[in-house]
Amino acid sequence: MAYDSFNKLTSRAVPLPIENVDTDQIIPARFLKATERVGFGDNLFRDWRYHPDNTPKADFVLNDPTYSGSILVGGKNFGSGSSREHAAWAIYDYGFRCVVSSFFADIFRGNCLNIGVLPVQVSAGFLEKIFAAIFADPHTELEINLPAQTITLLATGEQESFDINSYKKENMLNGFDDIDYLINIKSNIQEFAKTLPL
Amino acid sequence: MSNTLFDKVWDAHVVRKIDGGPDVLFIDRHLIHEVTSPVAFLGLKNRGIGVLYPERTFATADHNTPTINQHLPVQDPLSANQLKTLEENTKTYGIKNYWGLGDYKNGIVHVIGPEFGITQPGATIVCGDSHTSTHGAFGAIAFGIGTSEVEMVLSSQCIMQPKPKSMRITINGSLGKGVVPKDVALFIISKLTTSGATGYFVEYAGEVFENMSMEGRMTVCNLSIEMGARGGMIAPDQTTFDYVQGREFSPKGADWDRAMAYWKTLKTEPNAVFDKELVFDGAEIEPMITYGTNPGMGMGISHHIPDAEQVEGGVATYEKSLGYMGFNEGDAMIGKKIDYVFVGSCTNGRIEDFRAFASLVKGKHKANDVTVWLVPGSHVVEKQIREEGILDVLTEAGFTLRQPGCSACLAMNDDKVPAGKIAVSTSNRNFEGRQGPGARTLLASPLVAAAAAVTGVVTDPRTLLQ
Repeated sequence: MAYDSFNKLTSRAVPLPIENVDTDQIIPARFLKATERVGFGDNLFRDWRYHPDNTPKADFVLNDPTYSGSILVGGKNFGSGSSREHAAWAIYDYGFRCVVSSFFADIFRGNCLNIGVLPVQVSAGFLEKIFAAIFADPHTELEINLPAQTITLLATGEQESFDINSYKKENMLNGFDDIDYLINIKSNIQEFAKTLPL
Repeated sequence: MSNTLFDKVWDAHVVRKIDGGPDVLFIDRHLIHEVTSPVAFLGLKNRGIGVLYPERTFATADHNTPTINQHLPVQDPLSANQLKTLEENTKTYGIKNYWGLGDYKNGIVHVIGPEFGITQPGATIVCGDSHTSTHGAFGAIAFGIGTSEVEMVLSSQCIMQPKPKSMRITINGSLGKGVVPKDVALFIISKLTTSGATGYFVEYAGEVFENMSMEGRMTVCNLSIEMGARGGMIAPDQTTFDYVQGREFSPKGADWDRAMAYWKTLKTEPNAVFDKELVFDGAEIEPMITYGTNPGMGMGISHHIPDAEQVEGGVATYEKSLGYMGFNEGDAMIGKKIDYVFVGSCTNGRIEDFRAFASLVKGKHKANDVTVWLVPGSHVVEKQIREEGILDVLTEAGFTLRQPGCSACLAMNDDKVPAGKIAVSTSNRNFEGRQGPGARTLLASPLVAAAAAVTGVVTDPRTLLQ
């Protein structure tokens, strides 16, 4: 499924300064029973966000009106664990378009890129600055500039560059997905299949 | 120059390299299940395209299936719908290798793949499940993918992946009494942390792995993802070939000879250079147990829970984790009261795991206040359990056997550990809520699980082994 293109994003950010946030926290397995990609945002961080009786946990950041925005900032090793793309869908469906962390798990990073959520990896030091800035002023804004590959704390102008391979960058900028590419080279793939060692 | 095992297999499958981008990698075998495939099939439908090589896809229902009364209709309407959707999709798209609930070949995807010879050395294997790394035990490149990638493989038999960095973990020497492959894996993860191998593909080498059975190698490779690695692999050898030969999808006759000639070339050359090398001594490894909420938070069973200052990572995250578990820094694990024991999953749901469990509980009895779920990974495993007399040993000791499936590993079905209860589990993840909302998981080997099942507390299995 092609997705919205991503160019520049200026937004407030939601802080989640916890390390090793795994995909079972992002979307617990019991919410993976759908056969369509709808409604996953409602269950984003379900068990951190709601009590067992479904009342909101007041101390969880998504339930705190102080914080909002379309950028989620998480601690080191964000998205570890299960390959469930539902985790990325839940983040997207909730309204986030970008996740910032000092380190991402591989499969989660790939899943995000495949559905139009931009993973932005920053240094541990810059991540600390971002958290500090948000906690000091929840209205503070971050600017994500994909063409320039920069992330900027607008209040201070502090900036870092981030990595993304040029192919994926082009896809994100245009809202293309890999399947478009692969279908176009189908005959090459079929030729290649004849040359496999076994 | 392809001179590592990984390079040889990867390079043989690169359809093309994209400048500044990923490689287009051809996938030999695609395993699918009911949870991560429906949206991929929906994508095909929306694009109006089909499955390019339906004979290369193999489907089973496992994540969302009950482990009792499998002959009855599935009660949960959402689960039932997901199972029905898989059946319909395989029919619509011409995928003949579909083994639904009730089929003898049904079982956990990473258990049945090897059992039926679908998993072979030198192959590229993917599945919408992170524990696809299991199949690396055969010298295959196998890793988990997301649903968008499932759609890519269905439509083009390829995915797009940057080539990962290489790491070799060598363990020489031999393992001590009561130390089994699960302990080896939990030991490595405890050393590397849950993100220590992110960005790498791991080759396991050395005497400990050479001397391991295929079941043991599968357990180790299965857990590669828990240290962040995309996958892990072990060079195929005679143990591998003996396991693969004669299975339903294994090559036969002249094809077998041709395959063997190729498979024997699949090993890392002596001059190969890895991006990272780690070496451990097998004698260092104790029976392991985890105490926190990620698989990296493990230690030798006789140790005490470390203080926050002794571990890598933030204090707040560490305290949150221990708070969830209800444990304190400095606590001993031995003697902790437990409520549940789960033996099963793609990590430890194979025959060897049930043999190990039975060897310890033989002549003893299940502790009264412990609920024990023994869930074979497949019908083949279940049959072996019966045929080898293991079921008699289990029954005698007060245990019952459930039907195959992923079960309490991820608790998508009714096999949920209640909130606040402690489970010793042979599965792969101790994340918050993984085995049910509020459940507390201690990851361990089948022997540690057995020792807990008969004593009701965390117990060093070495004290109970003959």
